[in-house]
Amino acid sequence: MQILTANRLVDGDVVFLTGNYDWSIEINDASIARDQTEACRLEDIGTKADKSAHVVGCYLVDVVIVEGRIEATHYREIMRTKGPTVRGDLGKQANVYGSGGLRSGQSPLAAQNHHEVQQEFAHVSL
Amino acid sequence: MYRYDEFDATFVRQRVAQFREQVARRLEGGLSEDEFKPLRLMNGLYLQLHAYMLRVAIPYGTLSSRQMHKLADISVKYDKGYGHFTTRQNIQFNWPELKDVPDLLDELADVEMHAIQTSGNCIRNVTADHFAGVAVGEVEDPRPVAELIRQWSSLHPEFTFLPRKFKIAVIGTREDRAVMKSHDIGLRIVRNDGGDTGYEVHVGGGLGRTPMVSRLIRAFLPRPDLLNYLEAIIRVYNLIGRRDNKYKARIKILLHETGKQEVTRLVEKEFDQLKKQNDAVSPAEYERIAAYFQDPAYEDTDFNLDAFDEKRKQHPQFNLWLNSSLSEHRQRGYSIVTVSLKPIGGIPGDASAEQMHGVATCAEKFSLSEIRVSHEQNLVLPFVKKQDLFELWQGLKKLDLATPNVGLASDIIACPGMDYCALATARSIPIAQDISNRFADLERQHDVGELKIKISGCINACGHHHVANIGILGLEKKGVEFYQITMGGEAGENTAIGTVIGRGFSGTEVIDAVETLVDTYVELRQENETFASTYSRLGVTPFKEALYATA
Amino acid sequence: MPLLKDGRIVEDHWQFIGDDDDIPVQGDIVVSFERLKNSIEILVMRKGYLGVRLDNDADAHDLAPYINNLALIALEFPAFTDGRAYSQARLITTQLNFTGELRATGNVLADQGVFMSRCGFDAFEIDEHQPPHLWLSLANAMSLAYQKGYRARAGFSPRAVVASRVG
Ligand code: SF4
Repeated sequence: MQILTANRLVDGDVVFLTGNYDWSIEINDASIARDQTEACRLEDIGTKADKSAHVVGCYLVDVVIVEGRIEATHYREIMRTKGPTVRGDLGKQANVYGSGGLRSGQSPLAAQNHHEVQQEFAHVSL
Repeated sequence: MYRYDEFDATFVRQRVAQFREQVARRLEGGLSEDEFKPLRLMNGLYLQLHAYMLRVAIPYGTLSSRQMHKLADISVKYDKGYGHFTTRQNIQFNWPELKDVPDLLDELADVEMHAIQTSGNCIRNVTADHFAGVAVGEVEDPRPVAELIRQWSSLHPEFTFLPRKFKIAVIGTREDRAVMKSHDIGLRIVRNDGGDTGYEVHVGGGLGRTPMVSRLIRAFLPRPDLLNYLEAIIRVYNLIGRRDNKYKARIKILLHETGKQEVTRLVEKEFDQLKKQNDAVSPAEYERIAAYFQDPAYEDTDFNLDAFDEKRKQHPQFNLWLNSSLSEHRQRGYSIVTVSLKPIGGIPGDASAEQMHGVATCAEKFSLSEIRVSHEQNLVLPFVKKQDLFELWQGLKKLDLATPNVGLASDIIACPGMDYCALATARSIPIAQDISNRFADLERQHDVGELKIKISGCINACGHHHVANIGILGLEKKGVEFYQITMGGEAGENTAIGTVIGRGFSGTEVIDAVETLVDTYVELRQENETFASTYSRLGVTPFKEALYATA
Repeated sequence: MPLLKDGRIVEDHWQFIGDDDDIPVQGDIVVSFERLKNSIEILVMRKGYLGVRLDNDADAHDLAPYINNLALIALEFPAFTDGRAYSQARLITTQLNFTGELRATGNVLADQGVFMSRCGFDAFEIDEHQPPHLWLSLANAMSLAYQKGYRARAGFSPRAVVASRVG
């Protein structure tokens, strides 16, 4: 399974393509491609979007569904959906984890497997 | 320090206005990202993992208190209240919004700063010895010439689209505190037998995927010839440097593939032409710049050694701090103080707005309002009277900036790694933090002594891991981070590239591995031997055995 | 491609001749360096001006024997990030002392106009999406430059580089 991601031109924030063809900063709004055809379709949208003045650097990301929520599989992408693992107070995770951050009380490299934390991002349509 | 005249000020303002227009065109769709990217990079603006990142130049690492206050204010107004000092005398802001960057740049211009050419395939921010002007045994302050090169290279019409980035460093002493030999061009100021000042010209150093130590191509270049010679080198590189492969495009590869002799011949030939055609560096212009870097009016201080020793006894922490933070000043009664940006378990090189303001204030009180930034990601107060040291220490302590670990195990260089950087293959900061925590006992660190641990999050080697006693490179294997250890590297005058000692480690294992290496050294060292000298006496074998013995 | 010269779009009277094309009897023509070398005797006999296009990995010094026969030299930017032609232009104008038309071709963008002009270009094959007024407004954005030896060629920009001081 894959989703389409990019950075938003105006502020650089990480965004995901939704089913309504707009972009959300919340990964759970992403439109999921479940097969090759759908992935190609997303990729086409990405190629077009890259020419826009809206987002930058579209690419596909592998995801899985964990307890009904979309999770990236690669650690790089997990970090993109959360924020720096060394500053839990910054980035998307800040709204969720509070100032303690991902690192409090755990080994840094466990952070990437932190699936159980509730994600409660506000949906922001762009 | 240097002050902009009207020319410099107008130049920077116009550049900001130009960038403002380019940003507007990009936001309106008049420029594609492909077209815009090199333009924003020329102004130090990257698009990273989570946001944009702006890299601001601190030319030759010199900052005034006023500038430091401004950086702090900018971090609050346009960012998230902190900045990151890098290994190339820059500061990075990790969260600015594209639309705000022109305003941010205008505020920088208010204090004579900019982000011009802190990125892109052009001549980058010129760096220098962070002890410039106060170092013992200095032939001449390297900053006037660094400033001259800064001006000359700013928006250079011919050298703005080079095959790859181009870095220049200048030093004025035997000791090399600026990793001069890891630069595309390294200049060392020397004096010849006739008493004239000139430069040793070293070319083709660099870290990255293919690390190389630079080669000396000119033992003495007279000062008036400097810019013509630089022009010749960079022109030759621009014309025949490789462009087919990003990893083979630095001038070090040209030197390696074409040979030092041939490159030198081409450079000298071009230089002969240029000498006929261009003016030499005008002494008046050089003197105009140099006048800004004259010694301050030093005071004869009545330093009371007995009282000082009493303080040391009363405050063991102060004593420990003195032992690691002070460097000899060329003026009697003064010290150079290095301010550690490496609190135990902290993020190397990060400083909060509060800390930046605090250091700026300390510098106002105790260091003639001047601050330096070192490539080791620390700050330096260059003009501290010995009699003020205790008070300064107390001030820094309140800011959590008095960790007595400069030059020790927890004074780690670390690039931002995957926590911020879009090019990273693994994280570096958490590794630095965990090593730092492992060596949290400062008495132990002082016992271990001088140790350079440096960490990069990918082969680009911004964390200088090739030139470390213990270098760590973060890589990816099958979707997991892992870390390779390099030993035998060195940064100073005897710059040497380390070698990988064996198979890599997971992020947890690598912390144990570092500790094993340190324990091995402690066990094997002879009296007064540093980690580096034990290593060069015994070679890698005992360390390897200790590390991989269990297998 | 519109041709920008002296601050405005001008008619391009030059014909670019491929290596397999016949050489026209009259008119101003631009040939490759290979052809220039091989057919110089014929080329100088015909009516009309002669120009050459030089690949960006060629050594500009090789033009020296022909420089007095040339009225135009076209240099190429295969991508605007490939800056070899800046140095070629500089060699051609400062060391071969060429004073004819020096034309920028390929991926030639307005944001680089001032750099090109200061390296010696005076004619630009521009992108339709970047009209001359954009070129001129960008050229006027910076009135100062540090590099003394690099003067914009006349006619490109009224304000560009009125002052300079190092190097
Ligand atoms: S070494 Fe790699 S990961 Fe670290 S800052 Fe440089 S490019 Fe980024």
